[in-house]
Amino acid sequence: MSPLKIKKGATSHSAYDLRPNFSDKEERHTLAVLVENEPGVLARVIGLFAGRGYNIDSLTVAEVDHLGHRSRITIVTTGTPQIITQIKAQLGRIVDVHAVNDLTVEGPSVERELALFKVSGTGNDRIEAIRLADIFRASVVDSTLESFVFEITGTPEKIDAFADLMQPLGLQEIARTGVAALSRGAVA
Amino acid sequence: MTKAMTGARMVVQALIDQGVDTVFGYPGGAVLPIYDEIFQQNSIKHVLVRHEQGAVHAAEGYARSTGKPGVALVTSGPGATNAVTGLTDALMDSIPIIVLTGQVPTFMIGSDAFQEADTVGITRPCTKHNWLVKETDKLSAVMHEAFHIATSGRPGPVVIDIPKDVQFATGTYTEARQVETHYNPQVKGDMEMITELAAAMETAKRPIFYTGGGVINSGPAASQLLRELVTATGFPITSTLMGLGCYPASGDNWIGMLGMHGLYEANMAMHDCDLMINIGARFDDRITGRLDAFSPKSKKAHIDIDASSINKVIKVDIPILGDVAHVLEDLLKVWKARGRKTDKENVQKWWHQINDWKKIDCLKFEQKGKVIKPQYALSRLEELTKKHDRYICTEVGQHQMWAAQYLGFEDPNRWMTSGGLGTMGYGFPASIGVQMGHPDALVINVAGEASWLMNMQELGTAMQYGLPVKQFILNNERLGMVRQWQELLHGERYSSSWSESLPDFVKLAEAFGAKGIICDDPADLDDAIMEMLNHDGPVLFDCLVEKHENCFPMIPSGKPHNEMLLGENADVANAIKSDGAVMV
Repeated sequence: MSPLKIKKGATSHSAYDLRPNFSDKEERHTLAVLVENEPGVLARVIGLFAGRGYNIDSLTVAEVDHLGHRSRITIVTTGTPQIITQIKAQLGRIVDVHAVNDLTVEGPSVERELALFKVSGTGNDRIEAIRLADIFRASVVDSTLESFVFEITGTPEKIDAFADLMQPLGLQEIARTGVAALSRGAVA
Repeated sequence: MTKAMTGARMVVQALIDQGVDTVFGYPGGAVLPIYDEIFQQNSIKHVLVRHEQGAVHAAEGYARSTGKPGVALVTSGPGATNAVTGLTDALMDSIPIIVLTGQVPTFMIGSDAFQEADTVGITRPCTKHNWLVKETDKLSAVMHEAFHIATSGRPGPVVIDIPKDVQFATGTYTEARQVETHYNPQVKGDMEMITELAAAMETAKRPIFYTGGGVINSGPAASQLLRELVTATGFPITSTLMGLGCYPASGDNWIGMLGMHGLYEANMAMHDCDLMINIGARFDDRITGRLDAFSPKSKKAHIDIDASSINKVIKVDIPILGDVAHVLEDLLKVWKARGRKTDKENVQKWWHQINDWKKIDCLKFEQKGKVIKPQYALSRLEELTKKHDRYICTEVGQHQMWAAQYLGFEDPNRWMTSGGLGTMGYGFPASIGVQMGHPDALVINVAGEASWLMNMQELGTAMQYGLPVKQFILNNERLGMVRQWQELLHGERYSSSWSESLPDFVKLAEAFGAKGIICDDPADLDDAIMEMLNHDGPVLFDCLVEKHENCFPMIPSGKPHNEMLLGENADVANAIKSDGAVMV
């Protein structure tokens, strides 16, 4: 039997992180987690990700059913298929969690994010910024003689693209909400 | 019926309504109202421990030996933080306990008040669920829900943090039956999967039952059904450290514990089987060894109540989510209905192979000379106590593994050991909890001297309540398992793995008013053990054993099951490659 392929002197490996031969291709998944809106529920979810070393690419949370006292947490995460399965099972174990839906695999879904961009500049840069904002259907929500605050809604990719374009035009600051997502079609 | 009462009274009332007879605890400022209520009633017995860690381990011992949830009561701040190790221990081993913590009054939370700690924050990752109750009206409902959550699904520890003003205030008591909960884990397994498993059992040539603590946690019915299934199929059965007792050690199909220090035949059978039926075990790293060489030829079925345990580290072919007892009942029905078929001829051949492995006699040792071998001490303890319906606790280390190897368990709930977390200091307080649950039973804690000292203060508790717990200490004046690993992996540099000033254990026992016995001669051992058993009271048994004995068999780090080390003649020095040394 050949020994484990661990470099001599390596300390980053231990018996605990040796994975079997699951696919090691990382995937991006959007999870919708319906939770009881109890104090600490968000800490439980975040603590699970931190404690078990899972990634959070984006996270949004708000109460969506005031009478039912339910909040919806939308998490975008990356991991191997086995890790994604673990994440869902671990989320399902939390007592305050009512449902975990993987929008990436459970049929088509829509994802949207809202962002605010502060862009400062004068002259051609300022004209170019407002022209591009128009193309991206961003609206101006604040303006001075040398700045704009744009509001833009779209997929995370669209917002990334807008950020890339604003960068040379005097981009000062970005605020992003993180992803909100729903499955397509008539039923929840 | 609803009743008005104070929060403190509610706590006691809810405990009574939940059938609690024993609470392990330690008072302090933030729980005084509850202690005042405990003083004024006779339904619940309170056991005053000497350290909050002891209270939680005692509650664990009580829970594991009785099958009922254990209860601990501690104060805010340090009381709660001292409970954290026990909570983590109970989480890792899935033990249902309810820990009540006092908290500073609600209007002082967040002000860095005296003995304030963020208890729900600290215990969130080490509990199944926890609550900070800010309204007295909600307290009794939370209490009832806590018992439900701790005991259903995969059991685990819960914490209820109760501010002092909530204890004083008056509110409305809610009866248990009025409490609604959405937490109802699935207990019935999927019939399609169960049928697939039955079909796999019919054609398996080299099957094995790999059982774990889930069988014990599922309740006595699960062990009964398991025994029926094993007898009916004739398949060999092994168990993890946590599952010992779910199938009797004297049973015909028992091939011993598996894992890092498990039996040769059990590990070889796991490696070579063609159908592995995992019942309530979780492919822990102490069991699997090197993952990519774990039982490469087998089809694997996994029965577990926790979806996150399935496919966590080992990919399984037949996953069955459900409670062990429910699933086994259905499995037996299906398998019987299909005609009770097995491949008898090939299973017989498989048994021949297993019996050949057994001939290696991997637990053999030689007691020679004037120094007691730890294996000999445990063999004699087994011989002299096996007729009793005894309860065994352990601490953590070499003695724990030797106890698992040399003591036989006939029934579930007789073996209390810290498996997942590996908590030194667990055994002694656990034995106190066991004895409280079984006042007339023989309760023995097999200990190492270093582990035992970690919670030695509980000798005061044992004396105060007249609990005749037997502390059987295998004293090698070493941190034996640490020393063993240093010998095997760290060039025999014994860094801090021995104690230069150990107490005189006989005098220590006597200082508490307990009985102390010392034994250092194999010839005296039987008499000394009998003296311990015949004494009606706590006994500290200081058994001086061979100082440099290693615990074998052993699957070295980074090795598969079929590359075990087998004791004194094995090639120890070259067994663990440097790349295996990075693992623990």
